[in-house]
Amino acid sequence: MKTFAELNFPGRLIAVEGLDGSGKSTQIYLLKRWLEAEGIKVYFSEWNSSELVKSATSKGKKRELLTPTTFSLIHATDFADRYERHLVPLLRAGYIVLCDRYVFTAFARDVTRGCPPEWVRGNYSFAAQPDLTMFFKADLEVSLNRILEGRPKLKFFEAGMDLRLSTDPYESFKIFQGRILDQYLAMSQEFNFVIMDANERVEKQQILVRKLVSERIDLKQFKRRSPLPLPPSLRDEREDKEKEEDKAA
Amino acid sequence: MKKSHRFYGHGIPRIKPEDLGGKLIVVEGADGSGRSTQIAHLVDWLETSGRPTVQVGLKRSTLVSEELEKAQHGNVLSRTTLSLFYATDFADQLENIIIPALKAGFIVLSDRYIYTLMARDMVRGMDEKWLKNLYGIAPEPDAVFYLSVEPEELVQRNLSKNATLDYWESGMDLGLAREVFDSFLKYQGAMGEAFRQLQKTYKFEIIDANRSVNSVNKELRKKIGAVLDGE
Repeated sequence: MKTFAELNFPGRLIAVEGLDGSGKSTQIYLLKRWLEAEGIKVYFSEWNSSELVKSATSKGKKRELLTPTTFSLIHATDFADRYERHLVPLLRAGYIVLCDRYVFTAFARDVTRGCPPEWVRGNYSFAAQPDLTMFFKADLEVSLNRILEGRPKLKFFEAGMDLRLSTDPYESFKIFQGRILDQYLAMSQEFNFVIMDANERVEKQQILVRKLVSERIDLKQFKRRSPLPLPPSLRDEREDKEKEEDKAA
Repeated sequence: MKKSHRFYGHGIPRIKPEDLGGKLIVVEGADGSGRSTQIAHLVDWLETSGRPTVQVGLKRSTLVSEELEKAQHGNVLSRTTLSLFYATDFADQLENIIIPALKAGFIVLSDRYIYTLMARDMVRGMDEKWLKNLYGIAPEPDAVFYLSVEPEELVQRNLSKNATLDYWESGMDLGLAREVFDSFLKYQGAMGEAFRQLQKTYKFEIIDANRSVNSVNKELRKKIGAVLDGE
């Protein structure tokens, strides 16, 4: 699996992975806000969000029609749609693409559900490797608590109820998440995950995220030539900065 | 009944191919090759002789058939996406209809199978290895018949039935020709070629279907009869 940089794409792809409740979505959202404010061409894509495929997925989930195989294939379809229609053109156009979950989510979940790893990986083999993958590793208890705190109604597939691990959704969720975590950790070296300590404070993690991203990617190459209009609060800040830069020049 | 199925590849989690009895009979061929007519006659024949049958075909799953239809209408999905969407449709029918029916000893008649899906993708430049892995979930049928009809004859049959040529069956998404008529001939020629390529791996019988419905059906019944007698 080659990275987008190795394949000579002008753009770069950054992915975050982790269990539900690991805080990865918050981190990538804050990263996106920062990059936007810096005037960088950035696009955000979320797992399971392609419009067309989504209606089939939610029908399948609601009516509990999905098996491990169809669960895997329908998510692969969703991913392929976003990959072919958004990710690839944007990366060709020199964007920084941020992905909340990438193929590794499928590698971990589908294999936990019993799909053969070679089959799942083969199906996703059209996708290149991210240029940076951050894995948000929280103690299992911490991420479970974040999700289960309010005793929400867990959805059937979310809780892994299709695996018949337990008749209690909370118990099932715990076992299921534990197994997914094992899968993630087993592939972390192979796919160069950068492990982030997700037990830390959000602000502190974000400082590390931004530092890591600016070390790994030469961000100034990804600036818009003509900046998009920003909300006034950020606009002033940017204008000040530009003035300073002009002065320095 | 002898239970002797196997999967082409990794198969389906928690399904043992030894548990699959019944018979899986596939009829392949282009639109206008007479597939549906032949299958209808076969069902009559089998059921009259007291054998339980079930029919499956492409784009008939509960899970995604509607969405797939919509996507095709708008022609909005890219190649890999459409391919995986069709695989989802196939897998849904496989697990909810084909496998339970085989377990119960039924004769499953499949109006097209993974070969059409693979051939369509191969013509569009998809990797054969990728396709083989994807469709490793499919059980190997007991018999596959490819109804072969010359593209010129297919044109005649499709036009006399619908007075038009279907966008996808003409491969219009490929930009092979400006006119649908020319595109249809080129596309069906390429599909025939892809089927011959697939035949090297997946053995299927090529049936000359440039003949009358009855004479084709007679040949199919004879061959299927032999498969059923071999139990």
